[in-house]
Amino acid sequence: MCLAYMMNYFPEEVLEHVFDFLASHRDRNAVSLVCQSWYRVERFSREKVFIGNCYAIIPERVIARFPRVRSLTLKGKPHFADFNLVPSDWGGFVLPWIEAMARSGVNLEELRLKRMVVSDESLELLARSFPNLRSLVLVSCEGFTTDGLAAIASNCSVTPLGELAIGDADAMVGLILVLAMITPKVALTLFLMELDLQENEVEDCRGQWLSCFPDSCTSLVSLNFACLKGEVNLAALERLVARNHNLRSLRLNHAVPLDALQKILMQAPQLVDLGTGSYVHDPDSDTYNKLKSAVQKCTSIRSLSGFLEDVAPRCLPAIYPICLNLTSLNLSYASLIHSSELIKLIHHCSQLQRLWILDCIGDKGLGVVASTCKELQELRVFPSDIYGVGSAVVTEEGLVAISAGCPKLNSILYFCQQMTNAALITVAKNCPNFIRFRLCTLNPTIPDPVTMQPLDEGFGAIVQSCKGLKRLSLSGLLTDQVFLYIGMYAEQLEMLSVAFAGNSDKGMLYVLNGCKKLKKLEIRDSPFGNVALLADVGKYETMRSLWMSSCEVTLGACKTLAKKMPRLNVEVINENDLIDASSDDRQKVEKMYLYRTLVGPREDAPEFVWTL
Amino acid sequence: MEVGQKRVNMLGEDETELRLGLPGGGGDHVAAKNGTHTAKGSYNGKRGFNETMDLKLKLSSKETAAATVDEGKDLPKERNLLGGSGDSVKPPPAKAQVVGWPPVRSFRRNILAQKSSTGGHEDAAFVKVSMDGAPYLRKVDLKMYKSYQELSDALGNMFSSFTIGTCGSQGMKDFMNESKLMDLLNSSDYVPSYEDKDGDWMHVGDVPWEMFVDSCKRLRIMKGTEAIGLAPRAMEKCKNRS
Repeated sequence: MCLAYMMNYFPEEVLEHVFDFLASHRDRNAVSLVCQSWYRVERFSREKVFIGNCYAIIPERVIARFPRVRSLTLKGKPHFADFNLVPSDWGGFVLPWIEAMARSGVNLEELRLKRMVVSDESLELLARSFPNLRSLVLVSCEGFTTDGLAAIASNCSVTPLGELAIGDADAMVGLILVLAMITPKVALTLFLMELDLQENEVEDCRGQWLSCFPDSCTSLVSLNFACLKGEVNLAALERLVARNHNLRSLRLNHAVPLDALQKILMQAPQLVDLGTGSYVHDPDSDTYNKLKSAVQKCTSIRSLSGFLEDVAPRCLPAIYPICLNLTSLNLSYASLIHSSELIKLIHHCSQLQRLWILDCIGDKGLGVVASTCKELQELRVFPSDIYGVGSAVVTEEGLVAISAGCPKLNSILYFCQQMTNAALITVAKNCPNFIRFRLCTLNPTIPDPVTMQPLDEGFGAIVQSCKGLKRLSLSGLLTDQVFLYIGMYAEQLEMLSVAFAGNSDKGMLYVLNGCKKLKKLEIRDSPFGNVALLADVGKYETMRSLWMSSCEVTLGACKTLAKKMPRLNVEVINENDLIDASSDDRQKVEKMYLYRTLVGPREDAPEFVWTL
Repeated sequence: MEVGQKRVNMLGEDETELRLGLPGGGGDHVAAKNGTHTAKGSYNGKRGFNETMDLKLKLSSKETAAATVDEGKDLPKERNLLGGSGDSVKPPPAKAQVVGWPPVRSFRRNILAQKSSTGGHEDAAFVKVSMDGAPYLRKVDLKMYKSYQELSDALGNMFSSFTIGTCGSQGMKDFMNESKLMDLLNSSDYVPSYEDKDGDWMHVGDVPWEMFVDSCKRLRIMKGTEAIGLAPRAMEKCKNRS
């Protein structure tokens, strides 16, 4: 009997058990295509659903297909919304999803949203409808206030989840809140295990939200409020930490002073992840000495971040004892630390796998990283001066040094003053394992300053050498040639970001024709037009989305595309009323966003968004 | 398909080698097939950028507009990739901003904006320093120093450099005798003073360092005799001492 027949005799429970081992949604999508019976088993057993574009499908259909969904991940706005290129009321509302799940009686435990609009009403409904909600992750979201959060907190206390929470501690069960654009004054509850506020612009808060943690709350595993600008009740914070013995991750905000940090560390020597608050202090003080001894007891810390300002240089050494064990260090908000102090700190961090830092570390500092951090896998160098011309703080030299010194490097985000082809070619030779390579020259069209040539050859070397490259961001002076290389060599590329690059439609065509695995393409300010857009319309159904702004595509071409491809939504974002009903088809479209969808034009598009 | 064809071509030896400079023209490899290498191609991308700058500049100035216009004019002529006017690529003028560039999330942008406005090390506090008898004034950034001692050392270094250079007039030569200068600096006759925000001349060293940095508008290193208000004649006598 052949295997196929044998497989058919497997009871579905066995298949389901086998599918349990498939964690990635891509694997699950793949198995569901094998045959009807596998499709059926898979869909009833899938608990974690990932929707990369909330407008590709409607919630009712997701629920119908995956009735046992317990965890939902949704993404809304296009990536360029992070850089103010998408108007804030473009869309991405979560309310319909929550309403649909509530109606259907979905047993939602975890909701993760990125770049979505979350209203207070949504949060209130969420809180009321899902008694087992343990985890809420909001990244770069907007639209809600502390009232919504309070609703989440107060309603969640209805169910007795104390035991569950503790039992599942290792699985990061809990209420994870990663919030954006809110004023938090959150009443949080007993079984809250994780409250994580990341990278949000939060209005000054009144500081009493921490006091809302009830005395009975002892299940916290993670607490991160680093992004809050306002003060918190320090006494409440200290008590909270003292009674939550499972606390593993604690990230304080800027308003928490050093003496509070010292007291907290005394109570929580088991911490694995620490984000300091404000660090300014007098190195000769009693507090500082106490901090030193508290830090020495925290032998489990593997990840460090915070606002380590270094007004008093001699204060940083308090941290040296934990540096040896650090695998992750984020100093990208510590803009006042002098590069010499940074370098001294880095010397102690030989186990680092992930480093986020500001460019004021300089090329010399990156050289120290290269010689010290042999385990480094991910490096991000952020710009410290984005408003002025800036001095040349990091250049191609730093990147080359890192590539030579860190053999495990696979992910980089590098903001720099300039880059050369020679450097990129060297980096490509040194590091063939890049999965993510994102380069950003502060002047977006700067050529190689040595040869005055475009950076085509350099990026070409990167894509040729790094066969596993999945994500690439380009910058610098670039012609169609670089796209030729990308189309030829970047076989695994899934996401490409292009700005101010290329000469003609050929550039875009090379990419569309060559990159078979391309999922997301975002282009701004590049001379790609209708020919490129319309050459292979079927390609867009194999991709999640395409963004083009300030390019050469016209209204007419967008209309043509929309007509040919009913399963695409072609949206024209028309902010300044540049286009109206009487517009000529020859008029250029300022912003176009298209994505594949199974459900046609969305009904919640604002006035300035036209789905053609 | 053209790309596939190129792949075959590129699998030759030299063609595959990615090196500095382009093997042929800008994006045009049709020429390459014929064995000729045409250098052509204008940087449309760059033009696009300049047009963007034109449209999106928040702080537009005559200078900026002029630069943009000039570049626009230059474009058709420029751009032989294998040579030619490589230096007509200009970085954007200082302070010019393109929407969404560099691509940094708002949260991070706001933090950076905050830091620079609350005066981190990027804020300098330059004040003029005059030393009686010196041929010209100097300027120091008070934020570079953390204490009076550091400032004093720096000033000493700064004014001692007068002894190294050559100088014309006799009067200045007298002054630039190093030992005399060091005598001056080290003697109790040397009194550093500063003008504060209210316009009063104060003795350096009386207030805490940070307060001094905040209130100091200019520095003057006086001869002691002048500081205690001796007559100008007495001061001249000091100057002519040999």
